[in-house]
Amino acid sequence: MTTREGHVPAPADALSTADKAQIISDARRSRARATLRFRITSLLTWIALIGALAASLSGSFDSEFVQTWMPFILGGVEITVIVSAASVFLAVILAGLGALGRLSTHATIYAASTLYVSLVRGTPLLVQIIFVYLALPEIIPAVARVPTIYLGIVALAFNYGAYMTEIFRAGIEAVPRGQREAAEALGMPESLVMRRIVMPQAVRIVIPAIGNEFIAMIKDSSLVSVIAVQELLWRAQRAGAQSFNTFEALAVAALVYWILTLIFSIIQDRLEKRMARGDRR
Amino acid sequence: MTTGEAIVRVEGLHKYFGDNHVLQGVDLEVARREAVMLIGRSGSGKTTLLRCINFLEEPTRGTIEVDGVRVEADPLGRRGRRHREEIRQIRLRAGMLFQEFNLFPHMSVLQNCIEAPTKVKGLKRDEAVELAERFLAKVDLMDKRDEYPSRLSGGQKQRAAIARALCMEPQVLMFDEPTSALDPELIGEVLKVMEDLAHEGTTMIVVTHEMEFAREAADRVVFMEDGQIVEQGPPEHMLNDPSDERTKQFLGRFLATGGAGPD
Repeated sequence: MTTREGHVPAPADALSTADKAQIISDARRSRARATLRFRITSLLTWIALIGALAASLSGSFDSEFVQTWMPFILGGVEITVIVSAASVFLAVILAGLGALGRLSTHATIYAASTLYVSLVRGTPLLVQIIFVYLALPEIIPAVARVPTIYLGIVALAFNYGAYMTEIFRAGIEAVPRGQREAAEALGMPESLVMRRIVMPQAVRIVIPAIGNEFIAMIKDSSLVSVIAVQELLWRAQRAGAQSFNTFEALAVAALVYWILTLIFSIIQDRLEKRMARGDRR
Repeated sequence: MTTGEAIVRVEGLHKYFGDNHVLQGVDLEVARREAVMLIGRSGSGKTTLLRCINFLEEPTRGTIEVDGVRVEADPLGRRGRRHREEIRQIRLRAGMLFQEFNLFPHMSVLQNCIEAPTKVKGLKRDEAVELAERFLAKVDLMDKRDEYPSRLSGGQKQRAAIARALCMEPQVLMFDEPTSALDPELIGEVLKVMEDLAHEGTTMIVVTHEMEFAREAADRVVFMEDGQIVEQGPPEHMLNDPSDERTKQFLGRFLATGGAGPD
């Protein structure tokens, strides 16, 4: 039932309709003005703070370095984004399997996926990355010939897959029970219920979280610099060491990471808004 | 109303939820073309009975038979895969409608209707669409064919759910309080569809609090209390002049309050 708020019969001495409309529109306008003022002030504050920071550092900032090394450092952006995207993609697959395992009634499958999650979450990501790079080749010599970028992606995906397993599990469990029951009542076998009814709805629930994971991954992907994947941080460190401008190099890298996460946050925001609209189709 | 052989047979049905003995030995037969309405207080076991018939709840003891498929309770899940397949056979024969409609929100009304016929019964898409359009016309929703559920009113949702169930061409339709989640002004359109179905000879079992509807559409009214069937009979007898003291009390209170609370 639709209820109209504030729909109260007017007393005899009430304001005229025109007066009321005037009051309401005045209030709305002043609220809009206050919001705008707040936004402008906070934007100006940002600019002032960043300007002050830049000014105080510019004295020690070697601008020649930027000219010489910028293309090299920025070349790492592509690798950072590729590594992040590939890792999140693989992690999504691992997480899907992990979540099904966590919800499985088969003890073996459940145990395997629980162990995976526990093991990965209980050890540092940095250890996992170095392990894949240094320890794995000792057991499986062929790994030594794999380009490090793939090893980095595998390690990151393996790690994020475990964290995202929990996200996916929550997503599947967030699909109302009635959905499953309705599908079962139509005679659908379990696998079909999962594939056609539960999963598509779970994915919608989980997509915003995947966006967050991707943004986190952009930052965490810097860890694979330790195994010489030539991404943003690795290049910045290399440039800094070669030109003795470590400060400039790392400041640039940090700035680029920041810009990257800002860009992807904005994209994610847009996507979410569009999806929310899609839901109301 | 003509009645034929029994299409649903419930024998010695017991259901425990933990220590709670919700169904205490229920026997019920529903004949082909018969419309049976289950009435009774909240917690009397009506809904559980319905959910046990298509095994959305696994009975603790007893036997269910729907259109010749006979399945015994398997509360400990000993019979595994075979049991699950038998249950699926029952579900193909017994359609179910829910209080909360449970349409699939990521599919249009038409997709909701053809999903199971194509994926489960193996119908070709155009056959399924033809069938779906026939039933959508029947529930007066052809114009909403391509809408998503979120764009429908509650009454339209429930009617779409009825069309979806009909598309599987079940032997019996089971309704679990189909109008309890609806705004009062939307109840009528759903009851109208159900009444038409009943008059056309659709076999149905309906858990309801709508006594006027039961009077109009039921061939038989079954009153349950404390997990047992207390009394049953034709609606005129059951609603006007019940014999059992508990039925009288229930109906008396019902008429006094003018409607039952949510189950």
